[in-house]
Amino acid sequence: MKTRDCIRFWLNDELIELGDVKADLTLLDYLRLARTLRGTKEGCAEGDCGACTVLVGRLGGDGLIYESVNSCIRFVGSLDGTHVVTIEHLKGKVGELHPVQQAMVEHHGSQCGFCTPGFVMSLYAMWMAEPEPDVATIEQNLQGNLCRCTGYQPIIKAALSVSEHGKLEDDFLVAERASIIEKLEAIADDALVKLGDDIFAPANTDQFAEIYAPHPDATIVAGSTDVGLWVTKFMREISPAIFTNRLNDFRAVEIDGDNLRIKGGASYTELLPVIDEHVPQLSRFWRRIGGEQVRNMGTIGGNIANGSPIGDTPPPLIALGAKIVLRKGDERRELSLEKFFIEYGKQDRAPGELVEEIIVPLPKEADLFAAYKISKRRDEDISAVCAAFNIQVDDGRISNAVIAFGGMAGTPKRATEVEKVLVGAPWSERTIVDAKAFFEKDYTPLTDWRASAPYRLEVAQNLLERFYFEHADENAVSLDELHQAGTLEVLA
Amino acid sequence: MSEQIKGGAHQSIIHESAAKHVAGEATYLDDMAEPSGTLHAYLGLSNCASGVIKSIDLDAVRTADGVVDVLTAKGIPGENDVSPTGLHDDPIFATDRVEFWGQPLFAVVAETREKARRAAHLAKVTYAEETPILDAAAALDGDAELVTKPLRLKRGDPKPALDQAPMRLQGEMSIGGQDHFYLEGHIAMAIPGEDDEVTVFSSTQHPTEIQHMVAHVLGVAAHAVTVNVRRMGGGFGGKETQGSLFAAVAALAAKKHNRAVKIRPDRDDDMVATGKRHDFLVNYDVGFDETGKLLALDADFAARCGFSADLSGPVTDRALFHADNCYFIPDVELRSKPLKTNTVSNTAFRGFGGPQGMLGGERVIEEIAYALGKDPLEVRKANFYGGKGENLTPYHQEVDDCIIEKIIEELEETADYQERREAVLEFNKSNRILKRGIALTPVKFGISFTATWYNQAGALIHVYNDGSIQLNHGGTEMGQGLYTKVAQVVAEEFQVDIDQVKVTATRTDKVPNTSATAASSGTDLNGMAAANAAQKIKARLVAFLAEKHDVDPSEIAFENNQILVGSEAFAFRDVVAEAYMNRVQLSATGFYKTPEIHWDRDQGKGKPFYYFAYGAAVSEVVIDTLTGEYFVDRVDVLHDVGRSINEAIDKGQVEGAFVQGMGWLTTEELWWSKDGQLKTHAPSTYKIPVASDRPRQFNVSLVNWSENKARTIHRSKAVGEPPFMLAISVLEALSMAVASVADYKICPRLDAPATPECVLMAIKRLKGA
Repeated sequence: MKTRDCIRFWLNDELIELGDVKADLTLLDYLRLARTLRGTKEGCAEGDCGACTVLVGRLGGDGLIYESVNSCIRFVGSLDGTHVVTIEHLKGKVGELHPVQQAMVEHHGSQCGFCTPGFVMSLYAMWMAEPEPDVATIEQNLQGNLCRCTGYQPIIKAALSVSEHGKLEDDFLVAERASIIEKLEAIADDALVKLGDDIFAPANTDQFAEIYAPHPDATIVAGSTDVGLWVTKFMREISPAIFTNRLNDFRAVEIDGDNLRIKGGASYTELLPVIDEHVPQLSRFWRRIGGEQVRNMGTIGGNIANGSPIGDTPPPLIALGAKIVLRKGDERRELSLEKFFIEYGKQDRAPGELVEEIIVPLPKEADLFAAYKISKRRDEDISAVCAAFNIQVDDGRISNAVIAFGGMAGTPKRATEVEKVLVGAPWSERTIVDAKAFFEKDYTPLTDWRASAPYRLEVAQNLLERFYFEHADENAVSLDELHQAGTLEVLA
Repeated sequence: MSEQIKGGAHQSIIHESAAKHVAGEATYLDDMAEPSGTLHAYLGLSNCASGVIKSIDLDAVRTADGVVDVLTAKGIPGENDVSPTGLHDDPIFATDRVEFWGQPLFAVVAETREKARRAAHLAKVTYAEETPILDAAAALDGDAELVTKPLRLKRGDPKPALDQAPMRLQGEMSIGGQDHFYLEGHIAMAIPGEDDEVTVFSSTQHPTEIQHMVAHVLGVAAHAVTVNVRRMGGGFGGKETQGSLFAAVAALAAKKHNRAVKIRPDRDDDMVATGKRHDFLVNYDVGFDETGKLLALDADFAARCGFSADLSGPVTDRALFHADNCYFIPDVELRSKPLKTNTVSNTAFRGFGGPQGMLGGERVIEEIAYALGKDPLEVRKANFYGGKGENLTPYHQEVDDCIIEKIIEELEETADYQERREAVLEFNKSNRILKRGIALTPVKFGISFTATWYNQAGALIHVYNDGSIQLNHGGTEMGQGLYTKVAQVVAEEFQVDIDQVKVTATRTDKVPNTSATAASSGTDLNGMAAANAAQKIKARLVAFLAEKHDVDPSEIAFENNQILVGSEAFAFRDVVAEAYMNRVQLSATGFYKTPEIHWDRDQGKGKPFYYFAYGAAVSEVVIDTLTGEYFVDRVDVLHDVGRSINEAIDKGQVEGAFVQGMGWLTTEELWWSKDGQLKTHAPSTYKIPVASDRPRQFNVSLVNWSENKARTIHRSKAVGEPPFMLAISVLEALSMAVASVADYKICPRLDAPATPECVLMAIKRLKGA
């Protein structure tokens, strides 16, 4: 296998080559400490406030993609082949304030200013993708940016007006697109990046599997939205580490007949267009996973492999009957996702085995399918309870029911007792109300800071009711729909 | 040349640092270039909420990679205390016992922050653990130990009045605390000087207090310590006293090692180890009549203060000062209970106890309304201050500037309150699962520090001989726009464009003995002090010109970058240059103290407030009765800032305060485990509002006819805190939506924060009732 002993990436206008990088060196620390680029701020060091937002450009999809990321939990080891753009670059390139910056100034979008560089970068990423955004788009792009001063209204107004301050085609990243692609292609290769004995950044999935099998103790660093916190909050050692960010073939998402096939390294963002087109029932739900930066970084494979009982993807994927492909070296095996979760902290994954692919049967037109997320805050919160229902009704009777919950047990878990009483029963309010009592047989949830046990149980029962009303009553309007409708109203 | 100067008073100019903020060029403390050899300190925290320290083994800490030193209480040359009120109950490092989970025990000093942080976790500490008292209810069940002297406000005799009232009810409300969640956490850097000197950079709202605390801790005089703060990345009260610990540790290490030392806790440690808004338990007994008129109120305001007093005395005082809000109560007694608990010592937070007091008072109004089957707004209107003989507060200050009726009248109209309330009632009839609620609530907030001596400020202005002006004052910039507004005041005085005025970092060696930038007083105090300094320099220029041109001083005027002398006009800069050549002093200090105010705490009588700021808000919400989830659909605000010095900045304060207040009452929940660990100690677990939480429609207006009756700077009013309490309307709207499930016959007694869980459980309670 061809190897390379350094990582290469572009930082603003500078080519960086680093041979001596620790696995746990974050991009934020690199910028602030090694490079004294201190426009990028640390607010929380856990990917939840967005003060550290920078753009990372990479080759993929249809060319060059710039995404907002949280530099506090992004590791330098994951940057090979990318173009990192920091707040300093905007004014540095334009020579004056960039249109996003001008809009923020004009609308009084900063007060204390500490969160502002992060907001500017998030808005910049949004503007490149959507120069005429509506309020819903803006809010989605700002889910991962906290501001404690302004109440957000002036920032929303600024975001709406960016194009009044400049044209997208004049933007430097757009204008220089071809040359940046060239620069990134010039540093791309198919060599395994190997720094010392313990940092690997394979160039394709085969290399990944080949490296992982003999290094089963290695930490797989994909989106690092969780592993990042092992470092920044728990100060855990993560080396040896395998960074998967170079693996474009590990990000693939495709429709294969009746199935959606997702490679383990696909991010939430990469999956979004497919969700919108093929599983629209999950469109809103998907946009409530993390914030924009976390969705840009985090991977479906990671959300599953990590084994958390409160991950957002397992309940809907289980409800849809998803299977996963586990791979070790060249060996592969298929497993139903539900079976993967054995108990809290324990999954059916052998040492050196990676979650290569998730195969999700697409819901059929007649299927009644929905997923709900209950959290203290609508956006960018971790679920207190996450629910997914997939029910088939034939001739007024429930012929099949798969119900899966997160946050109700030590693993994502099906409500088998509830399912049992539903199957065969009439699709009626009476059935639903009677079935609610059976949640107590399925779940004994815990009390913690996200919710009490009684609330979790109560809300689980009521979500079944919500599911019924939303599907039995054509005119039903959900809270979420009302919220969205309000979002689109013109700002005063 | 334009008609008026650029950036004078009453112009909506941008924040002085806006262009730097957006470019990442505004320098926060952690962004400063460190002197070579800078060391980094990190705190070692307790993992026990209450108990005697049996042993501390720091060997592994000392020998860890990169560690230079470990500081404990033993090595402190001065006092091991940073109590802001002189009660000596706030140790830097715990010695014999720990009083809360996360209390600092020692500090590691190392070559890098990461090494210091890693080493700090290597301590081995054993405790004889005791059962911690974690909240006000538990404290009241136990010894109810107080951290400071309580306050009683009494007017009339509520006991017989309650007995004789036609209607009477009692109730209890639990009000949660709030973490400041300033985006820039606490941080300090100390640079040693010669002899006993040290310069401390600190993210603080109160440089003078940092100076005093560092001096006490080092055992040196105040003149040896210089504190410098250019800007904070948010404060909200969290940096009024809480920065002392970090500044003191940095200074200790800096003097000991003769190297610069920086200390910055991780966000989680910042949230665990520094104080927050006080949680309150309010108990009330209210008498009223069938029209909803308040007759008598007896209420207790018990607060979770944490292990030490900090500012709990004045905070709980201010809760009592605001329990009346806009309402006259004929016979009233209010008592504070500043309770000691084994939690972090709570501190100042925007509103300073006022919001909790006002929320308790508004709950009483709501109770009366539900008891009588009235719209709470009717009950509010029936009780406003202003009627004959109905303008005396429970602290015996006369309310002589009340404009709340007019504000409410205007807002009711512009927000279509009555029509929308009808529509809400209609919506609730025809919708089974989703329910709406709407509420209009008023705010009256007293302006002035109740610690009367704090109501003073100083400023220092230099006019350089090129005509440029440098401005310094005792107020600090935390995003609220103080530097901008005071610069506008100075530009207005000199009648020069604002780009001629350079604002500079707040420093204790420029303006001494400053007060905290708190209590919304920044512009009132520092604006006046700066105007005073400018006027002194102007007077000297006038005297110089009068003599030179042989005109009466009354014929000299400053106008639009010029000085008019009789019929002639001279450029400001030319006059300054000439004045310099003629040896006119072009630098002056300014001073201001708020007139008229006085307060006798023992008697519970006086005029603690120079004036009141008013405002009102209508909030409409939608809840889901199956899950308790909700959102805020529309908010209309009408708020009084007197004659605004900068409407854009003031409006920003109003909007920001509203959303922050909304967070306090909705999603921001502080949750302690039974053993006393704060488990919501980072943004992943502690949820402040994000963009999509803000009201779907948010109409914010400033009262355009208000002018402060009191002679404040340009007749403006303070704006930092008052609008925070407008968010009470959100909680009351949620309450109405909940009440709909029992046909509005029962007051839902929704506690705060009204998380989805809290809302659903209230619905369940009402359905079961």
